[in-house]
Amino acid sequence: MTLTEQILARASGRDRVQPGDNVWVNVDTLLTHDVCGPPAYDIFKREFGEDARFWDGDRVVVIPDHYIFTEDVHAHRNVVALRQMAAEQGLKHFYDVGTPRYKGVCHMALAEEGFNRPGEVLFGTDSHTCTSGAFGMFATGVGNTDAAFILGTGKLWVKVPPTLRFVFEGALPEYLTAKDLILHVIGEIGIDGATYAAMEFDGEAVYALPVHERMTLTNMAIEAGGKNGILAPDEAILDYVRARTDVDFTPVYTRPDAAYQRTWTFDAAQIEPLVAKPHRPDNRAAVREVAGTKLQRAYVGSCTGGKLEDFEAAARLLRGHEVRIPTFIVPATRLVGEQLKTTFVGDESLHDVFVNAGCHIGDASCGACLGGPPDTFGRAQDAENVVSTTNRNFPGRMGSQGAAVYLASPLTVAASALTGVLTDPRDYLN
Amino acid sequence: MLATTSGLAYVLGDSIDTDQIIPARYLVYSMTVPEERAKYGQYALSAVPIEQAGLPEGGIPFVGEGETTSRYAVIVAGENFGCGSSREHAPFALREAGIGAVVAASYARIFYRNAVDGGFVVPCESVENLTVAVRTGDEVTVDPDSGTITNHTTGQTHALRPLGDVAPILHAGGLFAYARQSGMIAAR
Ligand code: SF4
Repeated sequence: MTLTEQILARASGRDRVQPGDNVWVNVDTLLTHDVCGPPAYDIFKREFGEDARFWDGDRVVVIPDHYIFTEDVHAHRNVVALRQMAAEQGLKHFYDVGTPRYKGVCHMALAEEGFNRPGEVLFGTDSHTCTSGAFGMFATGVGNTDAAFILGTGKLWVKVPPTLRFVFEGALPEYLTAKDLILHVIGEIGIDGATYAAMEFDGEAVYALPVHERMTLTNMAIEAGGKNGILAPDEAILDYVRARTDVDFTPVYTRPDAAYQRTWTFDAAQIEPLVAKPHRPDNRAAVREVAGTKLQRAYVGSCTGGKLEDFEAAARLLRGHEVRIPTFIVPATRLVGEQLKTTFVGDESLHDVFVNAGCHIGDASCGACLGGPPDTFGRAQDAENVVSTTNRNFPGRMGSQGAAVYLASPLTVAASALTGVLTDPRDYLN
Repeated sequence: MLATTSGLAYVLGDSIDTDQIIPARYLVYSMTVPEERAKYGQYALSAVPIEQAGLPEGGIPFVGEGETTSRYAVIVAGENFGCGSSREHAPFALREAGIGAVVAASYARIFYRNAVDGGFVVPCESVENLTVAVRTGDEVTVDPDSGTITNHTTGQTHALRPLGDVAPILHAGGLFAYARQSGMIAAR
């Protein structure tokens, strides 16, 4: 069995499962946030009763992150509804806005707080819940109805997906990041190339990535239609998790009997810095092919591209230079925001590098990744070209209907911010 | 038995993502408060680029100015309908706008699952891509149980794929009704 099959077999109490089987699995953790938590709770109450209790409140993690720093009254009402839910259900894993517990983007916060544990089953009311698969767990996004069902029963039906395997061989060149690797995969198989399937990543270049960077690979599995993304855990993952939780977990590892529907093997050295051109994540081009395209905005942030590693990469190029276009820096979480001040390139903190380069730094949240209310920090406003480390560039995704978004690595975004046109980061690294 | 849906068809292309079906900025509205709920119908499909809205000509808004429901009853679309964000607000918005069935060549899985488990719209898969055989404004009838979509304007009938594993959930009317019928959770 593949990693995904082993986890689903265990979670459904079976010796084995195979692709296509429909199984009911026991859920280890349910994640929700401010957009989908309130309607999921409404459905829960409608179906289980006003006074019903969650199946296990200690397994419910509530991380508001989407619409936080806005004046929008309806958005605030969602956070109030989460507060009420947390109080009624006595939830201990609620990371409330305006308190020291506030985190920021849920997928990064799950990792930081030790909720991503190898071998476990995580569902979340967010399509990028697949991010957590980097920790060797089965993690996928669901809607409000499914979430409400889990809240009442602790179970959900799953169709066991076939597994597609993506191997990146060789050392990872210094001009590439995880973002380039996943843009390569999505460009190769298309926006629906992994629909219903598990995407498993492997190979020397993949395991050379630090833990958070691996999350960028699994994060964008959904952009190829994947049900989940996954990697077998290694020592780096186990150390990371053990440092953050006391909860026992049982990892699964790659087995010789694993049957893959298909395997793609790539040589990391052959891959170039890439972008996804407007308006689809699979609209792949080498940065070189579109170099010189005029830009009006650059954005570094989100669950895909707002990790400490992304800012370190961007700062490598921005240090000592000034950006030519408005450039927005949005740490995924508050912890990442603090690390910007405590992480140095030379004698300058990342924070100072960005300020001195003329960037605007925002508060930790989803920010303009999904557009959001009109007053959202960094939101695309007009018919403009945006280069962004985020994960989606569908029409209107970053706010304005007229914006054209190029998805790229933090190195490419930084190089392009310095010139005001799409720029291959190798031009600056050399 | 699943209800048949008859009415005007609205045709869309490939990979219509959930941000186009219901843009993120409207997700702040309540799905239960009636006057806010109506906004989901009003803004359904409002972010589809206008030249791709209502194929083959395009330029046809799905919901008229100032209205909260659509004159169309069936969506016919290409591949990968409903990709992107997991927002259940997407099939919900289509239902609020008055859509009974979607007939797409294929679906992104979370949208499909949300449509089925929430009992919002019946997501039918066409055997062939019907975005040429059906034009926006054609009179159609979708019969999910017999597996057909009939285009009364052209007189042609096209096959749908069997509902497959999700048929029992669709027949029950959604995940909760299904779980009650099968005794997984207590009946009320
Ligand atoms: S950062 Fe963007 S992609 Fe990630 S959870 Fe927030 S809105 Fe979704």
